[in-house]
Amino acid sequence: MMISVSHITKTYNKGTIHAINDISFEVEKGEIFGLIGPDGAGKTSLFRILTTLLLADSGEAKVNDWDVVKDYKKIRNGVGYMPGRFSLYQDLSVEENLNFFATIFDTTIEENYHLIKDIYEQIEPFKDRRAGKLSGGMKQKLALCCALIHKPVVLFLDEPTTGVDSVSRKEFWDMLMKLKAQEITILVSTPYMDEAVLCDRLALMQEGKILTIDTPEKIRASYPLQLFAVKTNHTYKVLNELRNYKDTESCFAFGDSIHVTFKTPTDEKTISKYLSDKGDTDLTVEKIEPTIEDSFIQMLKN
Amino acid sequence: MEPVIVTEKLTKKFDDFVAANELTFEVGKGEIFGFLGANGAGKTTAMRMLCGLLKPSSGKATVTGFDIYTQTEQIKKNIGYMSQKFSLYDNLTVKENIRFYGGIYGMRRKEIAVKTDELLSMLQLQGEAKTLVSELPLGWKQKLAFSVSIVHDPSIVFLDEPTGGVDPVTRRQFWDQIYYAADKGVTVFVTTHYMDEAEYCNRVSIMVDGVIAALDSPAALKKQYHSSSMQDVFYQLARNAKRKAD
Repeated sequence: MMISVSHITKTYNKGTIHAINDISFEVEKGEIFGLIGPDGAGKTSLFRILTTLLLADSGEAKVNDWDVVKDYKKIRNGVGYMPGRFSLYQDLSVEENLNFFATIFDTTIEENYHLIKDIYEQIEPFKDRRAGKLSGGMKQKLALCCALIHKPVVLFLDEPTTGVDSVSRKEFWDMLMKLKAQEITILVSTPYMDEAVLCDRLALMQEGKILTIDTPEKIRASYPLQLFAVKTNHTYKVLNELRNYKDTESCFAFGDSIHVTFKTPTDEKTISKYLSDKGDTDLTVEKIEPTIEDSFIQMLKN
Repeated sequence: MEPVIVTEKLTKKFDDFVAANELTFEVGKGEIFGFLGANGAGKTTAMRMLCGLLKPSSGKATVTGFDIYTQTEQIKKNIGYMSQKFSLYDNLTVKENIRFYGGIYGMRRKEIAVKTDELLSMLQLQGEAKTLVSELPLGWKQKLAFSVSIVHDPSIVFLDEPTGGVDPVTRRQFWDQIYYAADKGVTVFVTTHYMDEAEYCNRVSIMVDGVIAALDSPAALKKQYHSSSMQDVFYQLARNAKRKAD
């Protein structure tokens, strides 16, 4: 196991706020493990405990068999951490930042250049630019290079793609896949559900607890109800009508359609009939497979 | 549809750099208009001009009928604005925040009182009227920030990445609020990085390197670019952007 977390609890404000509430999980070598959840779920506290920047109230955690309390120096030397907030030196250039991080980890850019080559080549044209003057996507790539320069055994990425446009997000995940191929274990958090499916396994988190841990496929397969998609040009109107339907269990806008479930089994015709009686004729109703986001919404509701 | 935003060749240059290049578009009353683009495409520059915060270099534009060169004060009174870094005061209560913004927009005390009751019941925050904003969960703050941004019944509300950091359920409750406001005739001008939210808009524009590269309904854009999702449309348009470094 590259990461093992056992009954970790962390409270703030003299025990009144449970940031992390008795969490346990394990991550295997070479796995991309996702922590998926909104702000306040406890993701950042967990990262800070695993990178030895914060002490848990109780429980145990190990990274590469190093204990987060006793072996904190080994962890600090052996892992890479990209915090949620941009934490490079804004007044140093791209190249100076990278040199700085290589030096404090007692290595050189050349020594592990193969690890960062693909990423660094994209920012190399701007190597003399100050880090503070880079775009969001570029800052994120530089931060990843700096976290990788000492060839860490585990990479901790706290919301690396928040606020980054979807093209840069895709490029970033392509890079993570390449790092995975080099057997670097990755613990990554994200609020974006479309990134969840790219993880080998994931933990859905809310308010300091883990709602479920599994592969994306199994989480989707465990969805308890038949899901229907209704497509219409009058989303707001149909949304309200479906919510007022006596048998509706849940109903929400989802991309270009409305996703809806019912308390008792039903079929497309019954739903179409109900809506056409309300004057909505130009629409389609079909049974669909749930996405990870549907599963998460279902769990948050309960 | 009666237009509330009209721009014609709206341009902003910073020295040699053309941040926004000849933007021409209209947004109608009650429309939910998605304003998308990669980081650095020029969205913020365009939005700041439309809010009367930045003088254009050339081109024309009116917002709610007011000229963006000469009538910026009138524009500011007739629009609402909310960004991801909400402008709520953490150490004021929910009610005090509403009163503060009502006051800023020159509403009378009686109007503010009526509006406060209306907003609190709509948000189901009656029980929290005297709670400090710092003690509210993020999702509630977000809904309150939106309500405060339309407290003075503006014709348009500008939302700059309003839904960052919240869970999928809260994100949808927020969109319910947007739909409701649009249904009442408020024009919603919204930027987002969530491509599923782009699908919720009536029309969407996608900026690439300072120009509007595409503008249509999500359905029409998907058809035009032979895509099944806005995610893919966006990717096709933005992946060749040159301005990645700014």
